[in-house]
Amino acid sequence: MAEITARDAFVDPIFNNNPIALQVLGICSALAVTTKLSTALVMAVAVTVVTGFSNLTVSILRKGIPSSIRIIVQLTVIASLVIVTDQILQAFVYSTAKELSVFVGLIITNCIVMGRADAFAMQNKPWVSFVDGIGNGLGYSTILIIVAFFRELIGSGSLFGYTILKPVTQGGWYVPNGLMLLAPAAFFLIGSFIWILRTYWKPAQIEEEFHVGALLELGNEGHLR
Amino acid sequence: MQHSTGYVVGFATAVCLVCAVFVSGAAVGLKDRQAANKLLDRQQKVLTVAGLIEDGADLSREEIGSLYASSIQARVIDLATGEPNESIDPAKFDQVAASKDPERSSKAPENASKIMRLPNQALVFDIVKDGERRGLILPIEGYGLWGTLYGYLALEPDARTILGITFYQHKETPGLGGEVDNPRWKALWPGRMAFNERGVPSIAVKKGPAGSVSEDPYNVDGLSGATLTSRGVTNLLRFWLGDDGFGPYLEKYRAQTGV
Repeated sequence: MAEITARDAFVDPIFNNNPIALQVLGICSALAVTTKLSTALVMAVAVTVVTGFSNLTVSILRKGIPSSIRIIVQLTVIASLVIVTDQILQAFVYSTAKELSVFVGLIITNCIVMGRADAFAMQNKPWVSFVDGIGNGLGYSTILIIVAFFRELIGSGSLFGYTILKPVTQGGWYVPNGLMLLAPAAFFLIGSFIWILRTYWKPAQIEEEFHVGALLELGNEGHLR
Repeated sequence: MQHSTGYVVGFATAVCLVCAVFVSGAAVGLKDRQAANKLLDRQQKVLTVAGLIEDGADLSREEIGSLYASSIQARVIDLATGEPNESIDPAKFDQVAASKDPERSSKAPENASKIMRLPNQALVFDIVKDGERRGLILPIEGYGLWGTLYGYLALEPDARTILGITFYQHKETPGLGGEVDNPRWKALWPGRMAFNERGVPSIAVKKGPAGSVSEDPYNVDGLSGATLTSRGVTNLLRFWLGDDGFGPYLEKYRAQTGV
């Protein structure tokens, strides 16, 4: 495999190889924190910082990490970074940190962080790994912010807490769509986004279809029973 | 590449040590700031329910701190007797933590609000402006639909008329029960009566719209689509205003101030 340049490592995950849209990773937190733009933004920054620095640390240590305990070492590094991030959020953006509550802690289990540490940082030099982490974090952030934009606008009629469409409950005309504030709405939005992305822009991202006919033609029907 | 067992153990220990120092360093270094944030958050909520600041107003730390210091006096009381308890510093008292601590709480009597434990002590606030008593604030909590609602109820100096209500933490459905946060709904509360003439807690969130304050002083509009949350709010108010809640304290308060 040719050496990956820092530029590719940065740009690729934002659109070409987006962790949510293509790899469908990190969905859990994307559902939970996107009812408001402000929480989504803070979460996006937190994940980007954690992915960047966990990649950097794992990459610096990569030659010394014994393969038998590599996952544990990666997790220890990620968990420490996440706890520190949580502490910093509680100290500086308290109200947002309170809304994000448990989801900051759950960055530890975000597949994007762990996936990049194991799949990329273990094989690449520190700088490229760091940039790859930031790039993947930004790829995640892009989707998060797009989803949060629609959910807050349609669900509450506001953006960043500023009223855009005045809801009827405050004497305006807009009837907020409550569905947008519930988790399934994020599924619909992410699903539509992936659909649009793959249909019009990057058709190459469609996975090869699995169809039963192919197996039958090969005379493998026995496996189906 | 194969590593010896000694190396693996040594490496793991080193990683853990470095991470532990890093995490505890951050936790200790930021502790003061976090504690200040928590206190500030509570002070802002208390000021909001007292009607001294707008809901969600963007104020600096200093503004909140000085307004709180000049107009709110916190006190710890013994819940069962209503007598003040001078031995506990109100600034350090955490009522929610106390009600979970078996040493500082007791089993609550059967109640509709699904409150399991009652703290032995509780935190109450006096609103004082220019040396004059403007009202009192009581912490309230109780079960809604999905979880416990935590909030404050402010009463006027007569300890009967409601000054305001706010919930600072709840898990109700956004758009339905979550409307307990709606400023327009909260604006329906001031002026309503918490107790009837015989001193029985009578305030209720009724189903459908309630009349104006003068016509229908004991009822507040229900939240549409949120019958269980509405009922939960009624239950928790009746509980905390009743004999198992702040009843004894309010009785002493009325006797003392002669209202």
